[in-house]
Amino acid sequence: MNLRRLATSLIAPAIGLGVSLAATAIILISIGASVTVIFSSMWNYGTSPRAMTLMLNLATVYFLSALAVSIGFKMNLFNIGVNGQYILGSLAAAVVASNLQLPKAASITVTILTAMLVGAAWAGIAAWLKVARGVSEVISTIMLNFIAIGIISYLIVRTSIGTETGVNIRGTKLIPESGMLRGNAFIDPETKVYGFLFISIFVGVGYWFLLNRTRFGFDLRATGKSASAARTSGVQSTRMIVTTMLLSGAVAGLVGLPYLLGQTGSYNLQFPTEWGFIGIAIALLGRNNPLGIAFGAIFVAFLDVSSGQLVLEGVPREISTIMQGLIVIVVVISYEVVRRNQVKSEQRSVARALAKQEVSA
Amino acid sequence: MSESSVAVELQGIWKRFPGVIANSNINLKVASGTVHAIVGENGAGKSTLMKILYGMQKADEGTISINGSALVFNSPSDAIGAGIGMVHQHFMLADNFTVLENIILGSEPKSGGKLDFVKARKLISDIAAENGLAVNPDVLVSELGVGDRQRIEILKVLYRGAHILILDEPTAVLVPHEVEELFSTLRDLKKQGFTVIFISHKLDEVLSIADEITVIRQGTTVGTVNPHVEKVSARDLAEMMVGNELPTPASVGNTIQDQVVLTVENLSVIATGGKAIVDGVSFKIRAGEILGIAGVEGNGQAEILNALMGIESATGKVMFQDEDISKKSTRHRRDLGIGFIPEDRQRQALLLEAPLWENRMLGHQTKAPNAKGFWLNPRGAKADTKRIVAEYDVRTPSIDVNASALSGGNQQKLIVGREMSNDPKLLIAAHPTRGVDVGAQAAIWDHIRNARQAGLAVLLISADLDELIGLSDSIKVLLRGKFVADADPATVTPQELGTAMTGAGRAA
Amino acid sequence: MTYLKSRRFIGSAFTAITMLSITRTITGNGDLTSTVTIAQALVFASPIALAGLAGIWAERAGVINIGLEGMMILGTFGAGWAGWQWGAWAGVLAGIIFGAIGGFLLAVAAVTFGVDQIIAGTAINLLALGTTKFLAILLFTNAPGGGQAQSPPIKGEIPVFTLDSIAVPLTALHEKEIFFISDLAGLVAGLFYNMSLLTIITLLLFVMTSYLLWKTAFGLRLRSAGENPWAADSLGVKVVQYKYAAVVFSGMLAGLGGAYLSIASTIYRNGNTAGRGYIGLATMIFGDWRPGGTAAGAVMFGYIDTLRLIDTGNQNVKGLILLGSIILFAIGAWMLRSSRRNTAIGFLLLGSVMVGAYFSATSFPPEVAQVAPYITTLLVLATASQNLRPPAADGVPYRKGEDH
Repeated sequence: MNLRRLATSLIAPAIGLGVSLAATAIILISIGASVTVIFSSMWNYGTSPRAMTLMLNLATVYFLSALAVSIGFKMNLFNIGVNGQYILGSLAAAVVASNLQLPKAASITVTILTAMLVGAAWAGIAAWLKVARGVSEVISTIMLNFIAIGIISYLIVRTSIGTETGVNIRGTKLIPESGMLRGNAFIDPETKVYGFLFISIFVGVGYWFLLNRTRFGFDLRATGKSASAARTSGVQSTRMIVTTMLLSGAVAGLVGLPYLLGQTGSYNLQFPTEWGFIGIAIALLGRNNPLGIAFGAIFVAFLDVSSGQLVLEGVPREISTIMQGLIVIVVVISYEVVRRNQVKSEQRSVARALAKQEVSA
Repeated sequence: MSESSVAVELQGIWKRFPGVIANSNINLKVASGTVHAIVGENGAGKSTLMKILYGMQKADEGTISINGSALVFNSPSDAIGAGIGMVHQHFMLADNFTVLENIILGSEPKSGGKLDFVKARKLISDIAAENGLAVNPDVLVSELGVGDRQRIEILKVLYRGAHILILDEPTAVLVPHEVEELFSTLRDLKKQGFTVIFISHKLDEVLSIADEITVIRQGTTVGTVNPHVEKVSARDLAEMMVGNELPTPASVGNTIQDQVVLTVENLSVIATGGKAIVDGVSFKIRAGEILGIAGVEGNGQAEILNALMGIESATGKVMFQDEDISKKSTRHRRDLGIGFIPEDRQRQALLLEAPLWENRMLGHQTKAPNAKGFWLNPRGAKADTKRIVAEYDVRTPSIDVNASALSGGNQQKLIVGREMSNDPKLLIAAHPTRGVDVGAQAAIWDHIRNARQAGLAVLLISADLDELIGLSDSIKVLLRGKFVADADPATVTPQELGTAMTGAGRAA
Repeated sequence: MTYLKSRRFIGSAFTAITMLSITRTITGNGDLTSTVTIAQALVFASPIALAGLAGIWAERAGVINIGLEGMMILGTFGAGWAGWQWGAWAGVLAGIIFGAIGGFLLAVAAVTFGVDQIIAGTAINLLALGTTKFLAILLFTNAPGGGQAQSPPIKGEIPVFTLDSIAVPLTALHEKEIFFISDLAGLVAGLFYNMSLLTIITLLLFVMTSYLLWKTAFGLRLRSAGENPWAADSLGVKVVQYKYAAVVFSGMLAGLGGAYLSIASTIYRNGNTAGRGYIGLATMIFGDWRPGGTAAGAVMFGYIDTLRLIDTGNQNVKGLILLGSIILFAIGAWMLRSSRRNTAIGFLLLGSVMVGAYFSATSFPPEVAQVAPYITTLLVLATASQNLRPPAADGVPYRKGEDH
C-alpha cells in the first residue's frame, strides 16, 4: 500500500518533467538549436564539480524558501511574503552580525536568531491582519513585500546603515570573518559549499519532526486537511494561524543567510529579492514534504546553474525558467488529477480486498 | 377530491448506489391541483426520489410521466422545461444578489441587450401579487430571513412557469408563524391549479396541508392515504413510516450511580438573525446513565451537542462533575474525558485524506497512546487503531488506507471505537450506528452498554427510535429547541415517541 | 438611484478637491494640483487600473487571478515585439492576445482541472516571466536598438490629444493660486493635456464593464458564477463557459495594461511591470470589486507615483504627508459620528503624528511615497475588510454536479 502511494506521488512530478522536457525540446527545435547538444551541454556542465557546488549552494537557499512556504501550505495559508520576510531578516542579520565581536558559534547563533525574529515579526503583521481584521494573507503579504523593499532602500540609501561597499554599491558594513559561515571547498577546490547547507538540513529535519512527530504538527496538518474536523477535535484556529504564520516567517528569515554568510558578508542593493517566489514553486513540486522539497530545490538549482553555459550554444539561459514554469503548472494539474483518481482507486481496492475477505471467511 | 387528471406519475422507479439501494420499486401518482405529501424517515429515499423527478439524477429503472406523457429527464433544465420546479431544502440563492436578480437569473427579460429591470420588476410583482407572496425585489438576499428566502425560491419556480412544485422539507427551517404563512401560500397555489409535492417528516404539518399522503419506507412506497376520506392520525402515519423490522436493543437493568457527571442549566444557542435554535434547555446525566434526546432532525440537537463541546457559542451553564466548563475550550473538555460522536461524520469527525491511524489520533492527539507529552506516538496510535479495527469490526484491508476509502458504516465504526477509547467519563453521541450494518450495530450497542455498566454517562441522540428507546434510561423530547415531553423508555413505543416528536400528541 | 449616485459622486469629488486645495494652500506647492501632475498621474494610473479591471472580471466570475502580473508581463512583451515590427497598434493587439493566452492557461488549470487558483496564478507568473525573458534575448539581442533585456523602440505612436483651447487658459487659472478654483482648473486641464487615446480606451472599458456586468443578462450570469455557481447551474446557466469567458477577457485586459506600459515607455523592458499586476489586484480589493472604487484606487497609486517622480524641490512627499493627515482626520471625524470609536481614534492619532512629522521635518525621503500606496491599501483592508463584499464563491473550485 505504501509503495503504491509512493509510486502515485511520483507520477505527477514525472509527468511534469516529461511534459516540460518535451516542450523545451520543441522550443529548442523551433529556434533551430540542437536538442541533444543543448541537453548534453547542460548535463556536462551541470555535473562538473564547480557547477555541483554552485547548485548545492543555490539549492540551500531554495530549500529554506520552499520550507517556509510549505509550513503555511500545510494548513492552507499562503505566505506569498517570503520575499519581504527574508530581505528584512537578511538586512537585520547583516547589521547585527557586522557589529558583533564574538566567537564564531555565538556570533552565528545571534545572527540566525535575529533573522528568524525579524522574519517572524514581518509575517506576524499579516497574521494579525488575518486573525483580527479578516484581511486575506495573500494580499497583505504581497503588500508587505513592497513595503519591505521600500524600507530597505531607505535604510541603505539614506541612513548610516548603508555605506559604499563597492563601486556604486551601497550596502551594510562587512561582517567580520568571525561571523561568516563560508563553508568548505570539498567538491571543487576553487568553490566553497556554504556552511549553511548543514544548518538548512537541520531545519529540514526539524520541520519533518515538528510536523509529523509533534502534537502541534498534527494540529497543523489536521487544520489543513479539514478545518471543521480540526476544530471539533479541539484545535483553536486563530491561535494556529498566528503560530503557523510566525513559524513560516521565522524560517523565511533564514532564506538569505546562506548567501549573506557564505558569500557577500554584506546586504547590499544587489541582494536578490525574489527567492520567495521560487520557493512557492518548489514547495508545490515537493508536495510540502521536506525530502520532496530537497529534491525539488536541487533540481531547480541544477536547471539554473547548468543553463549558465547555454549562452555559449546561443540559447538564452532563461530556458531554465521556462522549464520551471512549465513543470510547476503541469505538476499541479497532474497532482490534482492523480489525487482524484487515487481516491477512487483506493475506494475500489478496499472494496475488492473486502470482497476477497468475505469469500475466504 | 374529485377524479382529476394525473400531473405526475412514477412507475417502478429503482435507483442503486454502490452498496445501497436508495429507491426500490417506487410507484407514485400525484393528481393535478393537489398538495401531495411524501413522508418517510431520514434515509428512506425521499430526497433521491425527488432528485430523480427533478432531473438531477437518473433512475436505473422506471418511468416518469408528466400530464400523461412519458418523459426522460437528463438535467434540471429538462424538468424545468416540463413545468417542474424545485424548492431545495438548502436554498439555492446568491446572497450578494438582490431578490430580483436571483429570481430572473437564467431567464432574464431583455430589451435590446440590456436587462429590462422595469419589466422584470413588473413580472415579479404580478406573480407575487397573484400568489400572495410579498417581497421587495430590490433588497439583497443577505438581508433576508429564511421565510423570505423561501418565498423567493417559490417565486423563482413560478417565474419559470412551473405548474408542478416540489418542496423538499420546506418547514425544517421555519418558525411556526412562517409555517402558517407557507401553508396559506400553498393553499392559494392549489386553488390556482398548481400541483404541489411536499416532502416532510413532520406528520402534524403533513396532515394539515396534504390532500394525499404517500409513505416511503426503506426506499419503497408502502402506501398512499387520503386524509380527507379516511380518518388517519399522526400515529397511524408514524406506524407506517417506522415499521418494525429493525432489531431492538433490549434494556438491561439499571446502572445509574449517584454521581452527577453532566449538569446543563438553561442552555441556549442563538442563530445569526436572532432565532433561538436551542431555547433554554436544562438536564442532568449521572454516571452509568444514558439520556436520550428524541426529536426530528433540525430541532436543535446538533446545536446542543456542539455547544456542549464548546464548538458553538452558547449561553447558560455547563458543569462537568464539579467543574464549570461553560467557557472552556473544546480541547479542555475533551481532555476531561468527554468523547464526541458528531452528527456530520465526514465534516466533523474525520480527516478523509489521512490514514486510519491518524484518524485514530483526531480529537485525542493530546493523550496516550497517541502522544507522549509534546511528541506524537505513531506506533502507539497504530497499535491502538488495530485494536479498534478488530474490536469494532472495521472492514478494511489495512490501517494505512485513507479514511475516504472506507464505506460510511465502517467510518462510523472507527469513530465510535475511537471515542470509546481512553475510558471516557461522558460520551456525547449523535446517531452512533447510522449507516452501520445490523450485526455491527448490535456490537456497538454492547460496547456502549458495557461502558455504562462501568459508569459511563451518555447523551444520546438518534433518529433510530428503537435504538433510542432500547439504550436510554430516560428520554426527553426536543421540539423547536425546547424539551416538550419526557418519555419512559420502559413503556413508550416508537410510534408514540414519533408522534410526540412531531408535536402531535403526548408520549406515554 | 442614478440621481443619488451622481450626487454622491459630485459630493466626494468636491470633498477631494477641497482637501487637495487645503493641502496646496498650506504647502504652497502648486505641483500638487498642476496640469502636468494630473496628466502624468493618469498615465501611471491606467495600467494599474486595467489590471484592477482585469481582476474584477475574473473574480466576479469566481476565479482569483494572482496571475495578473504574469499576464501583464506577457502584454508588455507582446506590445514590444509586435510594436517594434508593425507599429504601436499592432503592439496593442499583440499585448491583448498574449494576455489572453495567459488567461486561457489560468482557466484551463483553475476551471477545468480545479487546481487551487492561487497556485495556478503563481505558476503562470513564473512561466510568463521566464518565457518573456527567454524570448527577449532571442528576439531582441541582435535587433537594431534592442538588447538582451529590452526591445527596439516601438514604431509609430498612439495618438495623444492636447486641447489647447481648454488646457492653456485653465493652466493659467491654476497658476493664479485661488483656493479651490485654481485646483479644480488644474485637475480639469490635466484631462485635456497629453491625453492618450489608450487612456480614453481604458476609461471606456471601465464604463463598458459597469454596463456589461451590472446591466445585462450576460453580466448577471457571469456574476452568478462567482456568487453561487451551484444555484446558477440549477437554473441552466453554463457556469464553466462564463468562467472561461471572464478569465480570458481578464487576461486580455491585463495584457492591454502591459501593452500600455510598453507603449508609454516606447520599448519593452524586462521587469517593466514592477508588480503592477499585484497592485491592480490591491486596487480591486480597495475598490470592493467594483469599477468605480478600483479606478479611484488606481488613480491614488498613479498620483502618488507621479508626485514622487517629478519631485524636484523635494517638497512633494511632504505635501503628500499633509494630504494624508487631512484625509485621516476627515475619515476619523466621520467615523466618530458612527459607532466605530476605536478605529476613529486610531485614525485621528495617526493623522496627528503625520501633521507633527510634517511640521518638524523639512523634507521626506521619496521612499515614504514609494510605500505609501501599499500602507494605504493595508489600512483600507484592515479597517474595511468587514464591509467589503467580495463575490461569495470567489476562489472556490467549482465542478459541475459536485456539491460544495
